[in-house]
Amino acid sequence: MEVVNLKKDKFTIANKVFKSRLIVGTGKYNSMSQCAKAIKLSGADIVTVAVRRVNILDKKKPLLMDYIDPKKITYLPNTAGCFNSNEALRTLRLAREIGGWKLVKLEVLGDKKNLFPEMIETLKSTEILSKEGFKVMVYCNDDPLMAKRLENVGACAIMPLAAPIGSGLGIQNKINLKIIRKQTKLPLIIDAGLGQASDAAIAMELGCDGVLVNTAIAKAKKPFEMALAFKNSVIAGRQSYLAGRIEKSLMGNPSSPKKGLI
Amino acid sequence: MKKIKKIKIKINGKVKILPARINLSKLVINLKIPVKKVAIELNQEIIDKKRLSKIVLKNNDKIEIVHFIGGG
Repeated sequence: MEVVNLKKDKFTIANKVFKSRLIVGTGKYNSMSQCAKAIKLSGADIVTVAVRRVNILDKKKPLLMDYIDPKKITYLPNTAGCFNSNEALRTLRLAREIGGWKLVKLEVLGDKKNLFPEMIETLKSTEILSKEGFKVMVYCNDDPLMAKRLENVGACAIMPLAAPIGSGLGIQNKINLKIIRKQTKLPLIIDAGLGQASDAAIAMELGCDGVLVNTAIAKAKKPFEMALAFKNSVIAGRQSYLAGRIEKSLMGNPSSPKKGLI
Repeated sequence: MKKIKKIKIKINGKVKILPARINLSKLVINLKIPVKKVAIELNQEIIDKKRLSKIVLKNNDKIEIVHFIGGG
């Protein structure tokens, strides 16, 4: 009997194979050691990071790289906090300069309250960055037409939101995500809005290739337990997707045979 | 005695008075910046870190030094 073999089920982004389909953010933790431990428990081998000014007054401040080794874990520089194309391009060019990072996550926001992506600026930035040799994973709306356009200008992964960033609302628009899944062969990764481990399983069962989680782990009452829960949920969701679910039926269908009833 | 000239620069948004003709390499050493873990911008242009000692700072230069921190 053939069993779902997750070892043969490769997760590839821009020709690089990763072990875990769970990508985690490194923000919002109480401390860097807490962040490092949660990442270890999550099993993630990609983490998102932000680019910010060095504190020139406090020279003893610990560095993220002292806690999370970029040789072992892939750093994915992110443009969170950028509200136009120029800011995002400047941030990612600097990120590349820090240590040759070409795989990046583009996130251009359009509204300070709902944190929805500004898709016109996002599309423009994706095209410029791709031409400059970046491998751009793009945070976007769950809009199939826009997802197609991003693919056409060179995105290496489509990363639609489940719900607003940090909201914990979970997946709101399964239909759109399914349509995007059907139309693209690029990695489809749910980014933003997940609240609990089961949300990740739902994303994986929809056929997504991975999920990106930050707040739901970092701000859980017990972040280490939640990191582990997300790890297991992503694996379970992927297995379930590959296993192939049964058809839905409005009426009941008995599990025991009628033959031989007394 | 000849007066030592000073220049005023901005680094990460903060004003700093430095001796004239100081180069970028000396400045980052003085600030104890781990050069391998940062990127440096001078007047909005990214600087090749191998050339730091060749770049002499001028009055009103704006420097940004960035690194990776935790983020989503």
